[in-house]
Formats: sequence, structure tokens, C-alpha cells
Amino acid sequence: MNIGARDLFLISPELLLVTLAVVVVALDLVIRRKGIVIAVAVVGLLVPAIAGVNVWNDIHATGVDTAFNGALVVDEFALYFKFLTLAVLALLFLSSADYASRFQPFQAEFYGLLLFSSAGLMLLPAAGDLITVYISLELASLPVIALAAYEKMRLKSTEAGLKYLVLSAVSSAVLLYGFAFLYGATGTLRLISFDPADPAIGHMLINGDPSVPFGGVAVMVGVVLATAGFGFKLSMVPFQMWTPDVYEGAPTPVAAYLAVASKAAAFAVVLRLFYAGLDPAAADWSLMFAVLAAITMTVGNVVAIAQTNVKRLLGYSAIAQAGYMLVGVAAYVGSGPDAELGIESVLFYLGGYAAMNLTAFFVIMAITNRTGDDSIEGLAGLGKRAPILAVLLALALLGLTGIPPTVGFVGKLFLFNAAINADMVWLAVVGVLNSVVSAYYYVGVVRVMYLRESDNPARITVPPYAWAALAVTAAAILVLGLWPGGLLEVARQAALDLL
Amino acid sequence: MLERLLILSAILFCIGLYGALSRRHVIAVLISVEIMFNAVNIALVAFSRYVQPAAFRATGEVTAVAESTVLAGQSFAVFVIVVAAAEVALGLALVIAMLRTKDSVDVTEASLMRR
Repeated sequence: MNIGARDLFLISPELLLVTLAVVVVALDLVIRRKGIVIAVAVVGLLVPAIAGVNVWNDIHATGVDTAFNGALVVDEFALYFKFLTLAVLALLFLSSADYASRFQPFQAEFYGLLLFSSAGLMLLPAAGDLITVYISLELASLPVIALAAYEKMRLKSTEAGLKYLVLSAVSSAVLLYGFAFLYGATGTLRLISFDPADPAIGHMLINGDPSVPFGGVAVMVGVVLATAGFGFKLSMVPFQMWTPDVYEGAPTPVAAYLAVASKAAAFAVVLRLFYAGLDPAAADWSLMFAVLAAITMTVGNVVAIAQTNVKRLLGYSAIAQAGYMLVGVAAYVGSGPDAELGIESVLFYLGGYAAMNLTAFFVIMAITNRTGDDSIEGLAGLGKRAPILAVLLALALLGLTGIPPTVGFVGKLFLFNAAINADMVWLAVVGVLNSVVSAYYYVGVVRVMYLRESDNPARITVPPYAWAALAVTAAAILVLGLWPGGLLEVARQAALDLL
Repeated sequence: MLERLLILSAILFCIGLYGALSRRHVIAVLISVEIMFNAVNIALVAFSRYVQPAAFRATGEVTAVAESTVLAGQSFAVFVIVVAAAEVALGLALVIAMLRTKDSVDVTEASLMRR
């Protein structure tokens, strides 16, 4: 097993991203003007993106390929998430340049750590065995621990870092223990294999004992522990405790990154593990995820109602949104003409969710940067003080509620449709009821912005590059909501790779 | 023998989990997490030693691919050791940052945001 040019070609986006991270950190040492460093980081993201397009062209022509002796599986599913991560990162850099100026003189390291973490997020959806899953997961989350504690003179920030560190370490240990049992039960660490002489976990589960869930006690222990470990990354109830605390305490760009990019990659690896790796036991885990989805969205929505801090509110909102997306994960139908509906709806919703959540976080970043107040009351009178920001935040929050013509409405429609397609009408009903509950707190924020007067009449100014990022995300909310066809087709092609 | 090793690993894992959730000192929490990782390592190495790799069961003969999977569990354990060390290094850095800002490394005092 030698490393060939083909292997390097297939991971060229990640290699170039890591190179960019090193370049950004090194440039900072020799260049005084920090604006140039940020410009290099943003424009430099085009390089891995172009490499990604190259790989996509190749994969599209020749089909799925594996690299490093099967450790990485490069298919359209993985590439969908690579492009999503790169897009989120570029928008995040643009909008956080202002915020990050407070990190002087460690601004470039902030971008460097985000880039390193994204390399992990890009490898995660392509993982072909459990070792790669674990290594990419840690590559993605270790820099985030440092990033969460980045404002080290602010107590809440170190506290957020500490909480993320301890819970992330415990959840990795639980995840690993689950992996150990999956390995013990099947004798292999492979998730996906195209070589019959080297079977994957799924192949070894086909002749399971039908009287035990998941076809065997060791497999069951493994799957439950692994689900618990991933549940932490997905902020799935009952492993959601860290989410609001870390979102509130961490710097806002880091919270946005965790809420969007990190969560998308976690969904990617869960889809890969369960749909491609554990599909012989699908009847059992599909029910498990359905129950978890119902509990997660209900807990997230109900607790969000009582929140007074807007970042914390978005934390609970992220829990609830994870619940909606788990509906798509649970909607497994095996084979058939509509078998890809569940995965497809999750992929589509992740794209729309990225647009909506980033818009919300960017607006809040712009406001708190000027006012330093991240309570919901602090948004009072925003309709007059910053009319455009208020409209954008309202658009994002109405999107997260699921009101047409936003992408949130279309996305939820597809998710619940997938649930009905998988004979889980009850789950779709729970989802719709939850959307109604969520309207209460999302619209509550909008009400404060427009109907409450503020005693602070100062207008809020936003730098032009942050406007650019906001324009892209806000346009995506509406465009994807009105014309979902394009992204949906891409998501469908990506989803077919897992079946 | 596999059973005994797995029981040892399960006991260690539970000790580590209990410690990670109940200890108040950050360093003690980090040590407990380390115990959990090592419990996992014991399980991985034990499975690697006593479970027949899937590639042998699939074909029933010793192929080059099958031979390359014999030590899969042990190599996983090596990766776990390395990453756990990185995690603890980061943890200690955070402990120092905490000490500088608030002069205490008690996790129960890290509760500014609890409500």
C-alpha cells in the first residue's frame, strides 16, 4: 500500500487548506497590515475550492474513488460537504474581520485555527473507516476548544472553552468505546469497502441475530455508545447541555462556526456511518433516531422560550433544528424509488440552515460589536437604529421558524415529507407542532426589534465586507426558498452515493 | 481471556466516567478522561488479539489484504494515545488561562452561565 499521486490528488482540497492555514499564520509574522492577512485568508480559500471542483469533475466522470487504501472515500456526498464547509468559512471570515480585530496581536492564529479545524470537517464526511472518523473528528474539535477560549481575559470565554474541552473529551471516549465494540463484533474497522476480500462493518452484520436489536449485543452496545458520542456533536438531547453555554461564552464567530459547519459535518458522518455502514440494522436505528428527533426538537423549543440572551437563544434554536434534521436521518426506507429522500432532505436542509443561521449570527455579531450587549432586550428599537440589519435578522428568524417563501419552509417540507414517506406520520406531526411552538420565541425577537423603543438612539454601522457576507446569506435564504430545484438536485445526487 | 480483559476495560471506563463527572478539580477531570481513553485502548487491543479479522472470515484464506488488517485494533489504539495526549496538552493550557483570570481551577465554579 503505497501513497500515490492519485491519493494526493483526491485529498488536494484538504492539503491546500492546511497549507493556506500555515501561510496565513506565517504571513502574520512578516506583514504589519492585518487587513492583508485577512484578504489572503479569504481569497486563498479559492485555491482549495478550485481543487475541489477538479476532484468533483474527476469523480463525476469516473465514479466513487477511495484514497489511502480505503481510509478515505471521495464521492459526491463528501464533496457536497467540502464545498459547504468552504463556503461557510469564506462568509465567516468576511463577516468576522471586524470582530476579530479585538484579538490583536493573535488575529492570524484565529483564522489559522479555523482553517485547521475546517480541514478536519472536510475529511470527516469522506471517512472510510473508523480510525479516519475519529482522527478527523478530533482534528475538527481540538482547534475549536482553543477558539472557544480565545478571549482568554473574558471569564465566560475560558469557561466555554473548558466546558467544551471536558464534554468533548468525555464524548470522544464514549464514541471510541462504541467503536471498539463495533470492531469487536465485526472484526473490521472499515465503514465502506468495494473489495469483497476486505468486508466492511455492514457486510458482517447481515447475518445478525433477529431476536436482539441491531443483530447482536456487542453491536447494540457499540451503536448506542457511538450514537451518544455523535449526539454531543449534533447537540442531540440528552447530550445538548454544552450547546447554550458554549454558544453564549465563545466568541460569536466561533459560535456560528460550531452551529453551522461543525454540525453539518457531524450530520455527514452520522449519515455515512448509519446509512452506508450499518444499514442491515436500519429498522432498529431508524426508530431510535425518530424518538431522539422528537425529544430533541421538543426540548430545544420549549427551553428556548424562556431565554433572555440572544446567543443562548440561538443555542437552543440549534438544538431544535438538530431535532428537525434528525427526522431526515430517521426516515430510512431501504431500497425503492424514493429511498434517497431522507438523506436528500437532510443535505438540503443543512444548506438552507447554514444560510439562515449565518445570517442571524452575522447580524448579531455586527450589533454586539457596536453595543456590547447580547441580551434580547438589547435589540430593542433595532427597526429604527439599523433598519436593514433588522430586516435581515427578521428574515433569518422567520426562515428558522419555517415560514414561506424562505428556505426554512421548503427544507422542513422536504424533511417531513421524507418522514411520511417512511411511514412515520407521527414524527411529521410532532415536527409541525414544534414549528408552531418555535414561532413564539423567534417572532418574539422580531417583536422586540420593531415594537420596543430603545433609549440608545445610536445607529449601527457595518463594514462593507460584512455587508457582502450578509447579502450572500440573505439572498441564499430567499433564492433557495423560491427556487429549491438546483440545490435539491445536487443533494439528490450526493444522497444516491450512500445507497 | 477476552472476557476478563473486557471486564477490566469496562470497570476502568466506569471509574473514569464517574471521575470525569464528579471531580471538582480540572486536572482530576483530565486524569479521569485519560482513564476512559485507556479503558478504550485495552478493549481495542484485546479485540485485536482475540477476534478474527473480518477479512479472514470473508475468504477463509490468508490474503495480503487480510494480513494487513490483523493489527487494525492495535493501530487504532496508537492513534487514540496520540490524540489523547494532544487533548490533555490543550486542557493544561486552558487550566493556565483559567488560573490567570480567576485564580481557581474548580469546575463547579465555572458556572457564570448556569441558569
